[in-house]
Amino acid sequence: MASLISCPHCGSRPKEEFEIKGAALPRPAPDAPQSEWFDHVFLRENPRGRYDEYWHHAAGCRRWLVVTRDTASHEVEACRDAAERVPA
Amino acid sequence: MRYSAFSVFRNALDKHRGWSSAWRFPEPKPHYDIIIVGGGGHGLATAHYLAKEHGITNVAVLEKGYIGSGNVGRNTTIIRSNYLLPGNNPFYELSLKLWEGLEQDLNYNAMVSQRGVLNLYHSDAQQAAYTRRGNGMRLHGVDAEMLDRAQLKTMLPFMDFDNARFPILGGLIQRRGGTVRHDAVAWGYARAADARGVDVIQNCEVTGIRRENGRVVGVETSKGFIGCNKLGLAAAGNSSRVAEMAGLKLPIESHVLQAFVSEGLKPFIDHVVIFGAGHFYVSQSDKGGLVFGGDIDGYNSYAQRGNLAIVEHVAEAGLAMIPALSRIRYLRSWGGVMDMSMDGSPIIDCTPIDNLYLNAGWCYGGFKATPASGFCFAHLLARGEPHSVTRAMRLDRFERGYAIDETGRGAQPNLH
Ligand SMILES: Cc1cc2nc3c(=O)[nH]c(=O)nc-3n(C[C@H](O)[C@H](O)[C@H](O)COP(=O)(O)OP(=O)(O)OC[C@H]3O[C@@H](n4cnc5c(N)ncnc54)[C@H](O)[C@@H]3O)c2cc1C
Ligand SMILES: [Zn+2]
Repeated sequence: MASLISCPHCGSRPKEEFEIKGAALPRPAPDAPQSEWFDHVFLRENPRGRYDEYWHHAAGCRRWLVVTRDTASHEVEACRDAAERVPA
Repeated sequence: MRYSAFSVFRNALDKHRGWSSAWRFPEPKPHYDIIIVGGGGHGLATAHYLAKEHGITNVAVLEKGYIGSGNVGRNTTIIRSNYLLPGNNPFYELSLKLWEGLEQDLNYNAMVSQRGVLNLYHSDAQQAAYTRRGNGMRLHGVDAEMLDRAQLKTMLPFMDFDNARFPILGGLIQRRGGTVRHDAVAWGYARAADARGVDVIQNCEVTGIRRENGRVVGVETSKGFIGCNKLGLAAAGNSSRVAEMAGLKLPIESHVLQAFVSEGLKPFIDHVVIFGAGHFYVSQSDKGGLVFGGDIDGYNSYAQRGNLAIVEHVAEAGLAMIPALSRIRYLRSWGGVMDMSMDGSPIIDCTPIDNLYLNAGWCYGGFKATPASGFCFAHLLARGEPHSVTRAMRLDRFERGYAIDETGRGAQPNLH
């Protein structure tokens, strides 16, 4: 794991300040079929490589972030606020 | 060659030049009845029981590195069957029974040591939880015993019983639990399977699963295409990667767990001891080193190495339990990649693909499961139906609402 995560609000901070939640997956619509919800809650691509994850800057600005990280090299590629819209 | 005291003596006469290799190094045949992907403990045990229990010997175990290079050679060697839930307990108890006869079965010294596994409790609530667990075990016919402070003080007098924050009030012990030399388990199963005709093929990475009309016909490997009638996946931390080759998405995340060993010390910890107020467990190896570990690092990882924050965290928890550890030096640390499932329990099951079978989701507790996992996976591969003790360990249990969640933490793999 890279030792620093670059928070868009606080700058480059030690990763111990952050808490991981897990995969940042698009949430299905509330009335989506059960199969879609099952997939969202229980199934994971679990890639070896680039992965988007929710991290919480618990000992900093306390914002939820989306961190793009490599699961094999542990390198952090990007980090943005979770509320920020990404162009499709 | 059978191993015995006599064979050691006889070979000594020849200055130990007469020993032969414990298993062969075969090149793959074009086709097998059954191929198993992954030469860890589970894959090798599966091959052994396929040959021994079901008479199926036209079997290959394909391992991308050398056998024992995965988690089977990286774990902290603890075996126990102190599980609470009915979906888990009979399986782990079958495993413990198989451990008890393993060395005779394999004719291999795996240093099975039933030194007892002790879980400490530090509050009334925790005492109640452990009493419940102990009762659950006894209802399954498994040994469990509650110990009070006075008893613990005779066993482990150097623990910090009156720690202001985490006083040690008592413990739950399973005396039949203990440790096993992990490498010897891989080697013993490999040798026994090989002796019955199984091909254990090392340096053979599976890179693709070839299917025709929906069925698996074989695997693409770094040694070329190898055909099979049935394919079993036992790739532990890489389960998602190999399952993806067949288009399957699993309820699994890969995480890194670290383990540590100290410099050699005179014997002073006779049991496996598990701190209940933080994640820390320790035992002492026959060489004298303390073998210990704690939490997973918490983030998804395929790297077999972890972070310093956990090294510090584990040391702190250890000191809270045994202050004397402060003077002990770390000798080595390492990491292994674990297949963390969505409820913390494993999967031994068929898949939506007819002749493809899955053995995965072992989290950080799959070493103790090795014999039963192999025994039951062999049963499934040979007969196409689950063994009775694995009937809850289904792949579709999440969708049906039958998760086996020992800790009650839900679909959050890094908390199990
Ligand atoms: C630090 C640590 C401590 C642990 N402590 C304990 C403990 O005290 N007690 C306990 O019960 N459990 C413990 N575990 C868990 C236990 O080690 C694992 O659950 C168990 O070993 C997994 O099964 P295995 O032995 O078959 O896995 P592995 O030995 O990892 O076998 C899987 C094999 O598949 C191979 N493979 C992967 N992909 C491919 C491919 N594409 N082609 C060919 N081969 C492939 C790998 O190289 C590997 O050798 C611990 C784990 C770790 C990492
Ligand atoms: Zn911040």
